[in-house]
Amino acid sequence: MRSFNPNDILFLAQAALWTIALSLIAFFGGGIVGAILALWRISTLRVLRMVASGYIQIIQGMPLLIQLFIWYFGLNLLGMDLPALMAAAIALTLYSSAFFAEIWRGSIEAIPKGQWESAASLGLSRFEMLGYVIIPQALRLALPPTVGFMVQIVKNTSLTSLVGFVELARAGQLVNNVTFQPLPVFACVAVIYFSTCFPLSILSRWLERRTHGHRQPVRSA
Amino acid sequence: MAIVNLSGVRKSYGSLSVLKDVSLAVERGTVVALVGRSGSGKSTLLRCINGLERINAGEIVVDGRRVEQNEATLRALRQEIGIVFQSYNLFPHLTVERNVTLALSLVKKMSTAEGHAIAERVLNQVGLGDKIGAYPEQLSGGQQQRVAIARSLAMSPKVMLFDEVTSALDPELKEEVLRVMEGLAREGMTMILVTHEMDFARRVANEVVFMHQGKIHEQGPPSRLFVEPATPEFRQFISSAIN
Amino acid sequence: MGYTFQFGEVFRYWPLLVEGAINTLLFSAIAMAAGLAVGIGGAVCRNSSNRALRAVAGGYVEIVRNTPLLVQLFLFYFGLPATGLRLSATEAAILALIFNTGAYSTEIVRAGIENVHRSQVEAATSLGLSRTQAFLHVVLLQALERVYPALVSQFILMMLASSIVSAVGAEELTAYGNRIQSENFRSMEVYFVCGAVYLGLTYVMRFVLAFLARFLFPRRRALARA
Repeated sequence: MRSFNPNDILFLAQAALWTIALSLIAFFGGGIVGAILALWRISTLRVLRMVASGYIQIIQGMPLLIQLFIWYFGLNLLGMDLPALMAAAIALTLYSSAFFAEIWRGSIEAIPKGQWESAASLGLSRFEMLGYVIIPQALRLALPPTVGFMVQIVKNTSLTSLVGFVELARAGQLVNNVTFQPLPVFACVAVIYFSTCFPLSILSRWLERRTHGHRQPVRSA
Repeated sequence: MAIVNLSGVRKSYGSLSVLKDVSLAVERGTVVALVGRSGSGKSTLLRCINGLERINAGEIVVDGRRVEQNEATLRALRQEIGIVFQSYNLFPHLTVERNVTLALSLVKKMSTAEGHAIAERVLNQVGLGDKIGAYPEQLSGGQQQRVAIARSLAMSPKVMLFDEVTSALDPELKEEVLRVMEGLAREGMTMILVTHEMDFARRVANEVVFMHQGKIHEQGPPSRLFVEPATPEFRQFISSAIN
Repeated sequence: MGYTFQFGEVFRYWPLLVEGAINTLLFSAIAMAAGLAVGIGGAVCRNSSNRALRAVAGGYVEIVRNTPLLVQLFLFYFGLPATGLRLSATEAAILALIFNTGAYSTEIVRAGIENVHRSQVEAATSLGLSRTQAFLHVVLLQALERVYPALVSQFILMMLASSIVSAVGAEELTAYGNRIQSENFRSMEVYFVCGAVYLGLTYVMRFVLAFLARFLFPRRRALARA
């Protein structure tokens, strides 16, 4: 047994790089899959709409932890190398994709019908309407909640520690196992998460205000 | 003795002076109509009387009690003063009956049965006895405003304040509200109303007060005021209000 | 891949799964009720005229929303004993869930309160209600009615996230799943079944909370009927 020292903090910081790496994988992977799903959700084809909405319901109706376990043990059965990293990447990507799809579908549907109608009256095809008229406007609405969901992604990566992947939360547990100083160790872990997430939260709120105008808080009681 | 007495009332928002030395006495059982252009201070004056706005100088006395900005005084006072707002301000999540009985049970500690009896009485008085179980959004604007009047009436106030209560209503719905108010006046309720309905003021008010730039510019019984306006501002106001 | 799924190996353990599901609902119900109470208190503090109260409530919300539930759980379970307060896994789990839900509820309830127009308070106090009465009977009830859908979504996310407390061995559905798969080595099947049970629980919660709303907010029922 030894005490919590600067080397441990360095170790935590290195592990935090894995947290960031996983977050980026989930963000870009989830973003790509989510964008396709969002388009399926608003598709004119009933089948695509149903597949996408079924997928989203299942993903959002199950704990991320359970999905991680399924991928982790599933890939193990297939005899894959690096199963923890693979399972983490796949589970986080798919989980994030369902939420991105819903956020972006909401943004697209928030664009007034008149925009579709005026685009149609110019003779644009459905894809042209989406690409030139609807999506450019929807992006502005989508940006704040998208950044907001990045906070969730960073926090969600902590669950990968439970399948043995060594990122920030797991590193905290390892350090705690040798130092037996849980309070400073996990406080330090929390501070690192906070300093990653808080700027994103602030950015999201700032974007939100810029998009929807500032609302004056009303004081009561 | 006057039931409502204002002396030297001043009110300003920052550097903007809204009421400049207003004095007014309202006798028990009379109807006083405050008229004037928007921004003349008439609504602010009304809101000062039940303490919704804090005055900067002067004194307001209602039924022998000074209007002061502390919660205990205001609560006691507001049980004596009813107020009806332009936008009704009914509680949307409560039934018509509960809108009427909320203060009876919370403030006057009445039982449900007592409250119900009063609710039935005042709702019948405004002609809405059959709407006792409805929710505000199921009623027309005129009906909502009559419920708001009933809600005030239930507290048996000594004075009732009306702040442009028909301004948000379509012309065909104004009449039903004005009729209820006229009935109250006939029964001897002391009423102070801010209104744009000149016909109504002329017919029902005992005293008309014309406000202009934060001051009482002209006042008197409608029979005299509307026939021989003394100031050019009031004359101009009447002619623009009628057209 | 020659894997054959054998779900029979999982269903043999059905009493454990049922118990786990009940515990998950129980943890969630406690966290919801207590978290909402914390949320109402937090929202009142966030809107308070007292600067210190506003700052404390604001800090609480930011800390919770910007750190993972898992780390919060570790602080409660491993960290608190260091201060002399020893908690069982279940106690730490429930506390962490309340602490977490309370912060999200604070923001939701606060938004609801801010959306109730000032004139409602004016109307209530003009009838002689005290500021507290006006808040409870007029502002808060309307606010809760308005943000109820957001609260329901939040509560369901919390129920799903409660699987995390299995990490310290609190005995809910995921923990029972872990136990079953350590006995029968059918991990895939076990977690598929657990996932399906969670999916079912989301529907149960939606149904129960919708049913509850009919009693909490009678206006909706009346307007739906009309």
